Amino acid sequence: MSEDIRVMTAQLAADPTSLVFLPLAEALRQRKRLDPALKVILAGLARYPELADAHDLYGRILGDDGNFEQAFDEWGIAIRLDPDHAGAHKGIGFLYFVAGKLDRALEHLLAAQKARPDDQGVVAAIARVRETLQSEGSDTGSPSTTSAVTVPPEEEVDNLAQQVFAGLEGAENGLLLVDQHGQRLGGGLRSPTGQNVADRVAAHLAGVSREATRAARLLDMGDWEALTVQSDDGNLHLASPTADTVLLVVRDSAFPLGRLAALSARAGSAARSWLESLT
Amino acid sequence: MTATYQESLEGLSRLRGITGVMVVSADDGLVVAESIMEGIPGEAVAALAASLMRRMGTALSAAGFALPSFMHLQAAVGALLVVPAGPDTLLIAIGDQHVNLGLARIEMLQAVEQMA
Repeated sequence: MSEDIRVMTAQLAADPTSLVFLPLAEALRQRKRLDPALKVILAGLARYPELADAHDLYGRILGDDGNFEQAFDEWGIAIRLDPDHAGAHKGIGFLYFVAGKLDRALEHLLAAQKARPDDQGVVAAIARVRETLQSEGSDTGSPSTTSAVTVPPEEEVDNLAQQVFAGLEGAENGLLLVDQHGQRLGGGLRSPTGQNVADRVAAHLAGVSREATRAARLLDMGDWEALTVQSDDGNLHLASPTADTVLLVVRDSAFPLGRLAALSARAGSAARSWLESLT
Repeated sequence: MTATYQESLEGLSRLRGITGVMVVSADDGLVVAESIMEGIPGEAVAALAASLMRRMGTALSAAGFALPSFMHLQAAVGALLVVPAGPDTLLIAIGDQHVNLGLARIEMLQAVEQMA
């Protein structure tokens, strides 16, 4: 058990009414210890059922566990308690995005951005949704969804996303950094036919990472370090450069797996530096 | 058919560092044949490995790629290897920290050919 978790656990034991259950549950979630995180957040919610932050965190834990239906419900409760709750709007926005309900996704992401304008993950997600809406020809452009906040131009967001892997080979195609909700933080990916598939693939990677964690734990193998996949169309390497992110590296099938792992290590280092620069 | 699988699995299980090998249904992860060390939760591993392969297949499809021909999950003290063994089944190998991954991969691909 890490020191911060030990300290917070002791604080909570000494004072069960303490709000330390929130950072404790979050610390457990970030370490992918979802069962104890659930116990802590549920005990906290029993004492503080009107606390929007607790419902939001419960939603994130459920989402990490793949229980999206219940996560949606919890984020809905958080929004009812605090209509401007950025985390809950972000979570619901992502779920709508995955479900293909882009207008609803945009609505919630814009609400999240209004509450938390510096969240680059939300900025990037908004740009992706708008891009998809436009490509599908269904962007209503209604004032209610476009005038609430100022959205940076797509080029600006893409530039930001490309900064993650600046200087690395294939920074714009074949390197993808994704958060624990399956939202793209940086990089890009194109299909063998040249189609932009970055966001579509990103949405699936969080689930792959969760399943890899479960499999490694079940076998008492410790934390998973890498997932390598070969396909006729290319070789893929998945790693987790931080507790909250997943990094995908894709190269053609002639690219040696050893070099792929080395490239992933360099990209992971770049991703960590970039993430640290944001905080 | 299961006897053919069993023969191939026993050959694989003799490789250094291999602690279990299984043939499982790709759709639901049900065990078709297995040769695993005592203490390994074979059925649960089979279900999770099949689920992981399906999820990875979905991600690859989203990328416009062909389905996986080989998957290797590397963890701190072991590895899980999966290859398709026909349209509906997967061959799974569990290895400890001493497994020779390159050799295990080659032997698994040869075993799949024999099973076919």
